[in-house]
Amino acid sequence: MELLSRQETWNIAYDHALGETASFFFTQIRDNAKLYGRRDAKSGRVLVPPRAFSDQTLEPTTEWVEVGPGGQIEAFTIVYERFRGLPEPPYAFGYVMLDRADTAIGGLFKGLDLVDPAAAAKRLAIGSRVTTKFADHRKGDVLDFWFEVHPIA
Amino acid sequence: MTTPRVGIIGVGQSKFTARRNDASYPDLVREAVVLALKDADLAFDDIKAVVYSLSPDAMVGIGNAERIGVDAVGAKNKRFLRINTGGATGISSVISAYYHIAAGICDVVLTAGADKVGECGDSQTVLNKIWDPTYERQLPLGTITMLAMSAVRYMHKYGMTEEDMARVTVKNRMHASKNPHAHLSKETTIDEVMASRLISWPVKLMDCCPQSSGGGAMVLASEKYIRERKLAAAWITGVGHCSESYYLGDRMGRGFVADHADAHALKRSFERSYAMAGVNDPQKQVDVAELYAPFSNTEFHSIEAAGLAQLGGSISQLREGRFSLGGEIPVNPSGGTLCTNAIAVTAMIRAAEIALQVTGRAGDRQVRRAKLGIASGNGGDHQFFGTMVIEA
Repeated sequence: MELLSRQETWNIAYDHALGETASFFFTQIRDNAKLYGRRDAKSGRVLVPPRAFSDQTLEPTTEWVEVGPGGQIEAFTIVYERFRGLPEPPYAFGYVMLDRADTAIGGLFKGLDLVDPAAAAKRLAIGSRVTTKFADHRKGDVLDFWFEVHPIA
Repeated sequence: MTTPRVGIIGVGQSKFTARRNDASYPDLVREAVVLALKDADLAFDDIKAVVYSLSPDAMVGIGNAERIGVDAVGAKNKRFLRINTGGATGISSVISAYYHIAAGICDVVLTAGADKVGECGDSQTVLNKIWDPTYERQLPLGTITMLAMSAVRYMHKYGMTEEDMARVTVKNRMHASKNPHAHLSKETTIDEVMASRLISWPVKLMDCCPQSSGGGAMVLASEKYIRERKLAAAWITGVGHCSESYYLGDRMGRGFVADHADAHALKRSFERSYAMAGVNDPQKQVDVAELYAPFSNTEFHSIEAAGLAQLGGSISQLREGRFSLGGEIPVNPSGGTLCTNAIAVTAMIRAAEIALQVTGRAGDRQVRRAKLGIASGNGGDHQFFGTMVIEA
């Protein structure tokens, strides 16, 4: 027998409130090109991205700490496959522990030749130093900044 | 604390494939339920409660798809719960069914579900939505990239190579070739996996699970019910859950508790299951394991979290065949999640396969003299874990 199928699409709009902590973080990025974390007084650790409370000690965080712009790579991947709704490949992204932070924040790695995956992966090796770069026109989200690996000495 | 024993008396699963154009979503759920009821030799009326196994709605494209599923499981006028812990959903559902019986509330409980991942053209877009809109949604995160980053950290810590990852696929495809229910069941080679296209460094196409369609169901009953009717059963002797905190970037850096390379909370969950079952030396006591590992690299940290190898030690042991059929502790003799992933029921199938193994009903994929087996499920961004010990 003939078997039928039906095409359907979900496209749902939201306007998410970011709350006080993330609003401060993103206005500093947008207006001053600066990155901040929140210190958990109990453990002394600086959480980036900043949170109102620590998921480890479960205590409220107490202090803003400026972090970066330098940092080191903690994790990365390089995407070569096209996924609908995600950027055109290839692109590299991952997690960086910014200077004075204790946790890592996600961001794109730019300014790197991705044609040879093994060579690019070597440049992005865990522990590699990076610098945060900011876009000239910033709107207050995580794509306002990205990381660039230091040139080979 | 003495815990009343609970047994598995029926399992049902589809032959998993990319698409099932002959069956709607509830048709697939019912297919598995009918198989499980037949296996248990029970009728719909014998079931006292239903735990419905359903991960993100957007994967099947029906909001609260348990609404339409309620009839497929025959739950009208019965206790009914939907469970969703992402990829761990299936095992969380089995454990929830277990709780109903262990608490003395019901004698016979059904758990069932289905998925049609092959119908969703945007599964990584759906999975990108599991990240919060505040800090991480704008990044191209998905389950593939998040676990590729786990692979990068695992390589960095323990020296895993791309060939080591390929070896997991080769092993599991060989196992799947013996499993009539598996989705990807064609045997392969390391060279073939290495030559498959790069998706997200270092993960290649053949390091990834497929998008599967199919259903799964299990019937659980109390020891009293099983003894009175002289039924055959696989006994659940240990259950555990453990969760990890949300932020991926907190599993690296300085002074962190759990490394994204490893599966810290999965280990805790296994410790809870083992303590309950009296397993104090898993390497000696476990005969067979079905561990949720949707990407080749994640099987290594799952084996280690199950206590079947030291941290980083599973790589060489897998190479030597310790975890292959015929080896000392076969891992994923069904071919595992790497060969079949109908997300809503994948972790349930892990438990169902172990029930078949310890009762000697696993066909060509049977592990000889398997008496004690373990199963696990992982959900979220390596966040929600469920584990079980199942014995003859």
